[in-house]
Amino acid sequence: MIIPQDHIRNFSIIAHIDHGKSTLADRIIERTGLLTAREMQEQVLDNMDLERERGITIKAQAVRTIYKAKNGEEYMLNLIDTPGHVDFNYEVSRALAACDGALLVVDAAQGIEAQTLANVYLALDNDLEVIPVINKIDLPSAEPDRVIDEIEDVIGLEAHDAPLISAKNGINIDEVLEAVVHKLPAPEGDPDAPLRCLIFDSFYDSYRGVVVFFRVVDGRVRKGTRVKMMASGAAYDVVEVGTFGAGQLIPCDELSAGMVGYLTASIKNVKDTRVGDTVTEQARPCAQALPGYKKVLSMVYCGMYPADGAKYPDLRDALERLQLNDASLTYEPETSVALGFGFRCGFLGLLHLEIIQERLEREYNLDLVTTAPSVVYKIHTLKGDVIDLSNPTNMPDPAVIDYMEEPVVAAEIMVTTEFIGPIMSLCQERRGVYEGTEYIETTRALLKYTLPLNEIIYDFFDALKSRSRGYASLDYTLKGYVRSDLVKLDILINHEEVDALSFIVHESTAYERGRKMCERLKEEIPRHLFEIPIQAAIGSKIIARETVKAVRKDVLAKCYGGDITRKKKLLEKQKEGKKRMRQIGNVEVPQKAFMSVLKLDQEN
Amino acid sequence: MAPQKKKPLAVYIHLPFCAKKCLYCDFASGPADAQQIAYYMRVLQKEIRSFSAIATLYRVETVFFGGGTPSFVAPVYIEQLMNLLRSQFEFSDRAEITLEANPGTLTEEKLKIYRAAGINRLSIGLQSVHDAELKTLGRIHTYADFLESYDLARKAGFENINIDLMSALPRQTMALWQDSLAKTAALQPEHISAYSLSIEEGTPFYEKYGEGLGRLALPGEELDREMYHYTKSFLAEKGYARYEISNYARPGFESRHNLTYWTMGEYLGFGQAAASFLEGRRFTNPSTAEEYWQAARTSYQRFRAMKPETVREQMEEYMFLGFRTARGVSREDFKKRFGTSFPRVYEHTLLDLYKQGLLTQEGGRIFLTDEGIDISNIVLAQFLLDERTSL
Repeated sequence: MIIPQDHIRNFSIIAHIDHGKSTLADRIIERTGLLTAREMQEQVLDNMDLERERGITIKAQAVRTIYKAKNGEEYMLNLIDTPGHVDFNYEVSRALAACDGALLVVDAAQGIEAQTLANVYLALDNDLEVIPVINKIDLPSAEPDRVIDEIEDVIGLEAHDAPLISAKNGINIDEVLEAVVHKLPAPEGDPDAPLRCLIFDSFYDSYRGVVVFFRVVDGRVRKGTRVKMMASGAAYDVVEVGTFGAGQLIPCDELSAGMVGYLTASIKNVKDTRVGDTVTEQARPCAQALPGYKKVLSMVYCGMYPADGAKYPDLRDALERLQLNDASLTYEPETSVALGFGFRCGFLGLLHLEIIQERLEREYNLDLVTTAPSVVYKIHTLKGDVIDLSNPTNMPDPAVIDYMEEPVVAAEIMVTTEFIGPIMSLCQERRGVYEGTEYIETTRALLKYTLPLNEIIYDFFDALKSRSRGYASLDYTLKGYVRSDLVKLDILINHEEVDALSFIVHESTAYERGRKMCERLKEEIPRHLFEIPIQAAIGSKIIARETVKAVRKDVLAKCYGGDITRKKKLLEKQKEGKKRMRQIGNVEVPQKAFMSVLKLDQEN
Repeated sequence: MAPQKKKPLAVYIHLPFCAKKCLYCDFASGPADAQQIAYYMRVLQKEIRSFSAIATLYRVETVFFGGGTPSFVAPVYIEQLMNLLRSQFEFSDRAEITLEANPGTLTEEKLKIYRAAGINRLSIGLQSVHDAELKTLGRIHTYADFLESYDLARKAGFENINIDLMSALPRQTMALWQDSLAKTAALQPEHISAYSLSIEEGTPFYEKYGEGLGRLALPGEELDREMYHYTKSFLAEKGYARYEISNYARPGFESRHNLTYWTMGEYLGFGQAAASFLEGRRFTNPSTAEEYWQAARTSYQRFRAMKPETVREQMEEYMFLGFRTARGVSREDFKKRFGTSFPRVYEHTLLDLYKQGLLTQEGGRIFLTDEGIDISNIVLAQFLLDERTSL
């Protein structure tokens, strides 16, 4: 079946978490007959277990369907699903760049969220045609008219003929498909021009090597074409090209301008097929790569250590394998006095970190100790060198430091007006610089702040949610580096400095953080036979102290009627508890204490 | 056939009935009517009979009627149970046969029947000499009730009596505890058990004192230990030696029944929630009445089907049980029992614990120091072996 270029529609769905993106995708797939309802596993596009559980799309996915429109003609619809989190902003931008249009799904009860807005702007920046879709209209709390006005006022999109749907209950899905066919443009591009393809994702398959997802902008590609990745310079002979079925790859002879598909070429590593790179034909290269490629930099680092030191090689293998699939994950070996051998890993953001951590624990069965996340600081030494510091332990002697810089982000927080006060004070506490407020409508506003990245990587998101009863949403982009008065806070347990607990903090919050950290550790560290001082220090100056009192009594007075089994279980529990501890000097510290710094504001 | 040498056995019989459950009690026990008691006794007797196949291999050295309050049930039941035991097992001439009793449940008549049935040791739950404390604990008796019961017991001819006391009670001061100890010692019982109260989950005490502000009513760890240390020195002065973490006796009156538990002797427990250790197998009866009724008939089969403990498990138990006694453990005993010396890991553990002053040795025996007793759970846990440990 040959479908002409003008009957192709490449689009994605933009939505805030929970607004129904994946459900709508499912309905489209179902409606176009790719799968019957019975065959559908819930939310076909999110194929990692983790994605399904968290309800977040982590990697871009794509699916091709054939839709027979009401005018009797058949259209090829390529739906490209984008990751749904600020950590993956760049991936989102590349996935959008592979589309010609987008559906903006907005919850009829909740309206627009900060992240939706950010993604809409990203779509508009990529010259995408955006069609608003109002979802969940069957909810009792649905206010489609209010939401339509909001879309028109805030984004300036015509929304009065937006399809009003319920993806969950399959209401008005055809309207969405008709809108896709008639309102979104067909892809442009010259099939006879030199090959130019945009990579928007890739994954590693142990049989085929890297499977590259791309959009053909110009030209054609088929089996045997020798292609070149313009940024990485790597060249390969294409083994297979094809399109996306539901949850499977369907080989075909050729992909030409306007089409979306995949290729395999016995590529060993996803690093050679970076998202955003341009694929061209080696024999007849295009004149210029597609715009927008950039190498993604890790924003957040942390140390990851196997809880059982003997599992170090397993952790290394697991990271290696994850990296095959995730070029934005970086890692290098490091050692900690407290934790032994491990890796300093770099991530796009905290969610990315958590996902990797969870995958290591779940898919690779590793028990991990993770140190507090850190951002990359720039240290300007008196000699004029600039050092990138991602591990607080490596901070040079303050005597050789001229000044330090920390990364800041431009943050946009969408919030209902009643919570503006609490959210502004939160931003203030986190050293935010107020940049302005935009009123979306009378009851909602967009707060703009410049915030230090290290203030938002721990628990900012949770704090935001708790101070707005869950209503505030956040989006941010890296803005650059600013000079800052930073100090390294060390933690001493029983007078021994614990390298894995050191962190870098702004001078103004050092006392507060040090005190809280000591309090937290006091709760985490079990009592020993001796008293354990826990101290926070800057250099040689102690700024906070707590004491874990010594155990005076731990005895089973009565051991009745010869029930030894029960007593033994008690002792076994005690012994098991010890196993999950780390030895720091003569103090046993539970693994989770190393994550304490993450929870400093939990009681607030 | 040559006469076989019989093995010593301790028998425990659980009678889970009492007039009213004490507020701190988490044992399988509670009030019951005459019909329920009668039914339980029938089941219990069936269970005892089910072991007839191996009964001839043993000689009973001790019997212990525990509860609940064994003195709460009609004494004829005690008589019947003793008769049954004697018909099943050979008894040692010097068997120690103990019955737990609570003040307020003893009469001259009952005591007479007990004597006739062969009970030669009474363990009386006094807990405190202060009526206010007894009330806090939810006990049904007063101190005066106890004195009356004690007097009756002596008059009935009981020459081996234990008195249970409890320290670290809510709002208890050192002076109050000293008073309980002094008054008890003055009565010159042969044996004193002095437990420090532990608050168990699922009891009314846990609700009240287990968490939050309620805890403040309990003596702190420091005071608790002070009371404990005082107990040892005071009772020693009065002629009672501490022979187990919470047990004190005049010479020759250590409870042989309880020592069986600590020295890995064999014992057979009958009744709801009763525990046994026989032929290397440990098994425990169900703790609820209904489940026990179901299981009692097949107790012997369950025992047979049980996997014996591994040598590793027995070594662990030998250590952590032995350390509960003042005599502790010895390398010689260990070797005799297991045919091999201490596993090498124990030697490292021992060395650490000597250095920390938690263990000490004397005359070839290794035992806990007073400091070691205070935190004995931490010490004893270190004698559990890993699967991988080589023996």
